[in-house]
Amino acid sequence: MGRTLAEKVWDEHVVRTVPGEPDLLFIDLHLIHEVTSPQAFDGLRLAGRTVRRPDLTLATEDHNVPTLDWDKPIADPVSRTQVETLRRNAEEFGVRLHPLGDLDQGIVHVVGPQLGLTQPGMTIVCGDSHTSTHGAFGAIAFGIGTSEVEHVLATQTLPQAKPKTMAVTIEGSLPDGVTAKDLVLNLIAHTGTGGGQGYIVEYRGQAVEELSMESRMTICNMSIEWGAKAGLIAPDQTTFDYIKGRPEAPQGAAWDAAVEHWKSLRTDDDAIFDKEIVLDASTMTPFVTWGTNPGQGVPLGASVPAPSDFEDEQDRVACEKALAYMGLEAGTPMREVKVDTVFVGSCTNGRIEDLRLAAQVIEGRKVAADTRLLVVPGSVRVRLQAEEEGLDVIFKEAGAEWRGAGCSMCLGMNPDTLTPGERSASTSNRNFEGRQGKGGRTHLVSVPVAAATAVRGTLSSPADLD
Amino acid sequence: MDKFTTHTGTGVPLKRSNVDTDQIIPAVYLKRVTRDGFEDGLFAAWRNDSEFVLNREPYSTGTVLVAGPDFGTGSSREHAVWALQNYGFKVVISSRFGDIFRGNSGKAGLLAAQVDEKVVQRLWDLLEDQPGTQVTVDLESRTLRAGEGEGAVEDSFDIDDYTRWRLLEGLDDIGITLGHADDIAAFEATRPSWKPATL
Ligand code: SF4
Repeated sequence: MGRTLAEKVWDEHVVRTVPGEPDLLFIDLHLIHEVTSPQAFDGLRLAGRTVRRPDLTLATEDHNVPTLDWDKPIADPVSRTQVETLRRNAEEFGVRLHPLGDLDQGIVHVVGPQLGLTQPGMTIVCGDSHTSTHGAFGAIAFGIGTSEVEHVLATQTLPQAKPKTMAVTIEGSLPDGVTAKDLVLNLIAHTGTGGGQGYIVEYRGQAVEELSMESRMTICNMSIEWGAKAGLIAPDQTTFDYIKGRPEAPQGAAWDAAVEHWKSLRTDDDAIFDKEIVLDASTMTPFVTWGTNPGQGVPLGASVPAPSDFEDEQDRVACEKALAYMGLEAGTPMREVKVDTVFVGSCTNGRIEDLRLAAQVIEGRKVAADTRLLVVPGSVRVRLQAEEEGLDVIFKEAGAEWRGAGCSMCLGMNPDTLTPGERSASTSNRNFEGRQGKGGRTHLVSVPVAAATAVRGTLSSPADLD
Repeated sequence: MDKFTTHTGTGVPLKRSNVDTDQIIPAVYLKRVTRDGFEDGLFAAWRNDSEFVLNREPYSTGTVLVAGPDFGTGSSREHAVWALQNYGFKVVISSRFGDIFRGNSGKAGLLAAQVDEKVVQRLWDLLEDQPGTQVTVDLESRTLRAGEGEGAVEDSFDIDDYTRWRLLEGLDDIGITLGHADDIAAFEATRPSWKPATL
């Protein structure tokens, strides 16, 4: 019987397999950042262990770093300690680090692909749940906890039970103005936040094949938002073209050998998935969340739902709690929801294509009077590229804030936070209570919706702009 | 890691579903570089509310948390597990856990016991009717027990065999894997040379 893409990649990395025990998987790339690694390095030190493969390890600073004055010492002493701890650990254990101020500093999931380190058929882990982003290249990539970070540092392997496989087939083409973000928000509303639990998901079908690499990353990024272990997409010419020529991409004969292998990374025709979901892209519209988990979303053209719209008791209670937290009335058209802050950035939508899309909508327009627009590039390279293309000027002329690279308001660990009751439209991936700052209210949106919302001050799409 | 065989403690009904890791411990509390001291960030947004279950006696000293479905979804922060442990919890019971959270629990020695949704409901009823009810969780037999007579709850829970074994034995995962160092070296010798390296 044939195998799925995920099974092929899995099988290629099994170091040891014994019935009744998880497989021991070899890890091709281990990404590290300042928040989830200090205790892991401490553990190594305590046990007198070393990093087995520093040459397969890469560290960057992203979660906790300021996006203003990034060339000055970090003001918050606790944040500074965490960042300095990473620097000390990287130095002591011989790990390559891209610190603040470095050309390759940025969100770990933006940095890996842009360096060409993320390649098809790899196993990639990081102490961060959005590691699923790298699956867009046909890699098995997933987030791990700090104990596992320590485990990978010490052994370059992880014991892992083999997940089930699921196919999500998106038929048809996305209509104009509807993005990968809308697609994945649609999907999560369809499945619920636990729908992917226990599965490695393969996204396939015409709509997925038509997407750019960066849009594919947006979809795989949010796999964790519906509970999937990982999400991946079969590599194709789009993938190869994206990797070619990047700093860490194979070259010459090595490139040819790599591509030949990558071409074999497809689900066999007779392979069987444990579960299949089929959605139609052609009927999708811009999608926004109204609640406090990413599954609580509706089309932008719809209204805030009422608890009575839900059959399931738990869903009703969840809706009630979410409406109270979000300060929303059932029945209010989403387009009338007034937004204080718009955040464009994060590992979901902080790449160059996203910034181009935002600039296209913003160009020649102004950010609404009592709305602020924060544009945070995913990495220093993205920032420099955007500046080369003059996007920063477009943003600044519209009245937006143009910032340095990092996670920023995606999780509000640095000074970029919402205040209690403040409402945001955010291109990030989580609308959890307090995610962007205590008491902050988050609506997840696509990049075009974010940009149009900044102009009108209420949730909007570019079609609403005159 | 300490061995885990059985635990008895006050049950705490957390009547919420989809308690993600940002609610268990918000990001601003993640700046510490140690594994302890995270109890102050546990459920931080709710702790100001005097009606919140952990602010009420006798729940405030509970050690067995009984939560709604999809507990621990979201981020990979193991700090969520540490915060629960630092506060004093030994066991979390839910009908569905976020994958990474469940994995992290197993590594850090917090027992994540998965039960049927009805069992959660019955435990909630019991713990609210009779605050302070002791819940006993036996990892050996994979069973839990709470209360006596009419509303008593006695049922089994799910946990995968490997995690159960490691918890029972108090085994360090890394030590086990380093026992297979030869297998790892043999695997490394077969990796294609075009695979990327960072150094
Ligand atoms: S941008 Fe947000 S989701 Fe992505 S790694 Fe940073 S904090 Fe996590």
